[in-house]
Amino acid sequence: MINLKDIKNQFPIFKHQPGLVYLDSTATSLKPKIVIDKINEYYSEYSANVFRGIYPMSEKATAEFEETRGVVSKFINANNSREIIFTRNATESLNLLAYSLGRKIINPGDEIVTTIMEHHSNFVPWQVLAEEVGATFKIIDIDEDGNLEFKIQNSELLKQIITKKTKILTLTYVSNVLGTINPIKEIISTAKSINPNIIAIIDAAQAVPHLKIDVQELGADFIVFSSHKMLGPTGVGVLWGKEKILKDMYPFMYGGDMIDEVYVDRTTFKDVPHKFEAGTPAIGEVIAFKESIKFLEKIGMNNILEHEKKLTDFAINRLIDTFGQSIKIYGPKKIEDRGGIISFSFDKFHPHDIAQILADQGICVRAGHHCAMPLHTRLKVQATVRASFYIYNDEKDVEKLVEGLKKVKNILK
Amino acid sequence: MNIYQDIILDHYHHPHNQGRLIKPDKSGKVSNPLCGDKIEMMIDFEKNKVKEVKFHGEGCVISTASASMLTDFAKSKSKEELKKLNSKFIIKMLGIDLGMTRIKCAVLPLEALHKLL
Repeated sequence: MINLKDIKNQFPIFKHQPGLVYLDSTATSLKPKIVIDKINEYYSEYSANVFRGIYPMSEKATAEFEETRGVVSKFINANNSREIIFTRNATESLNLLAYSLGRKIINPGDEIVTTIMEHHSNFVPWQVLAEEVGATFKIIDIDEDGNLEFKIQNSELLKQIITKKTKILTLTYVSNVLGTINPIKEIISTAKSINPNIIAIIDAAQAVPHLKIDVQELGADFIVFSSHKMLGPTGVGVLWGKEKILKDMYPFMYGGDMIDEVYVDRTTFKDVPHKFEAGTPAIGEVIAFKESIKFLEKIGMNNILEHEKKLTDFAINRLIDTFGQSIKIYGPKKIEDRGGIISFSFDKFHPHDIAQILADQGICVRAGHHCAMPLHTRLKVQATVRASFYIYNDEKDVEKLVEGLKKVKNILK
Repeated sequence: MNIYQDIILDHYHHPHNQGRLIKPDKSGKVSNPLCGDKIEMMIDFEKNKVKEVKFHGEGCVISTASASMLTDFAKSKSKEELKKLNSKFIIKMLGIDLGMTRIKCAVLPLEALHKLL
């Protein structure tokens, strides 16, 4: 069980913003003191560059930096820490893959498969790549409930989408709009049974912060996520990939730290992971990132998911009980199929007006298409309001949201 | 100051000049893909001045109120006068404080009007 009061006390923002009702963790999470302190420690005590100096401060920074790589590796059960690459965010990790892997393996006539529920960062890089190379860009649809349209048992539909020509299958673990938790393990194994050579890429930006991930059990080839959505600092993304594939890929950016030897007529590159980490990274942020993982592990990933599901179930029921037909909640009806994200339309009110009136009451939600325009077009709606939950949210936050929406109705009616 | 003043809400609930013109001299559409606001504006001129202007579309409170007030203001004004209008004018016209995000909603009708001049 989660001790909410104890958790909230560890987030300084609640002291600075009294009465804050933060329902936008899908955009970015709040940060516990232990993470902020660790950043401060690096900048105050040993703010040297990594992999360069042979003086003690630089060695300390390098050791702390590499320790995070090990913590991340263990957290997702990677084979070894060489499979962990630090980027700026999940978006950069996906662009790295489209560039360094996509441009290596995708030929004219090949197929790249994704889904209609993707964030733009897992949609546009592949769309552009397919157009550039002359490959086919295929999109898996959703059903009326917001689940991916093929049933695993009914692999006929999947066989129409996944073929021998499919080189890459890239999809999200948890939808940042619908909250749908996709059955990733089953999808990958079905796809690979049709075509064993498929490379499976999972956008786990909305999954890793909320549920236990074991990359080996999932059967994926690549997984991406961001530190800032899981209590960690901004400016740090992760790309996990199978070492064998990573070794064959093009480097992403060229420059400092990623080279082995440079001559006038040729350059050789470092091995993974450093081959993909050009230039000075976000050192303090990477160092502090491990504190957020330790924090999450202490609470327990299963407890986190259970807490969010309970709260989501409570919130959906409260919203429907209070507002009935005038509130439309998108995504799976079964709570088992979804995480702590609720996107909705309310009466005929514009999402921006709803979010603004809630903001005036200290309630932070997101309004817009949440970087998922193809999905909103599919849902036949321009924009939605999104409330999302994390470990520091409780039923009181839900009650405030309900009260806030009553006020929206009063003002705009 | 609260954005949702009575006067703003009144324009939102009962927008002035909402609708279409038959065979307008000019018409133009603008949209804000971020929030899905869409406005089409239609205009008739008499010599150099605005004779009639109407708008329709989907919008939030701010863009609807702004379109309502702006079309009121535009009538019988010359093209030159209207070309000079900028976001500062819109903020003054609405009489409310707008954050960086909502300012886009407020100036959307002005973008539509400028397309017609």
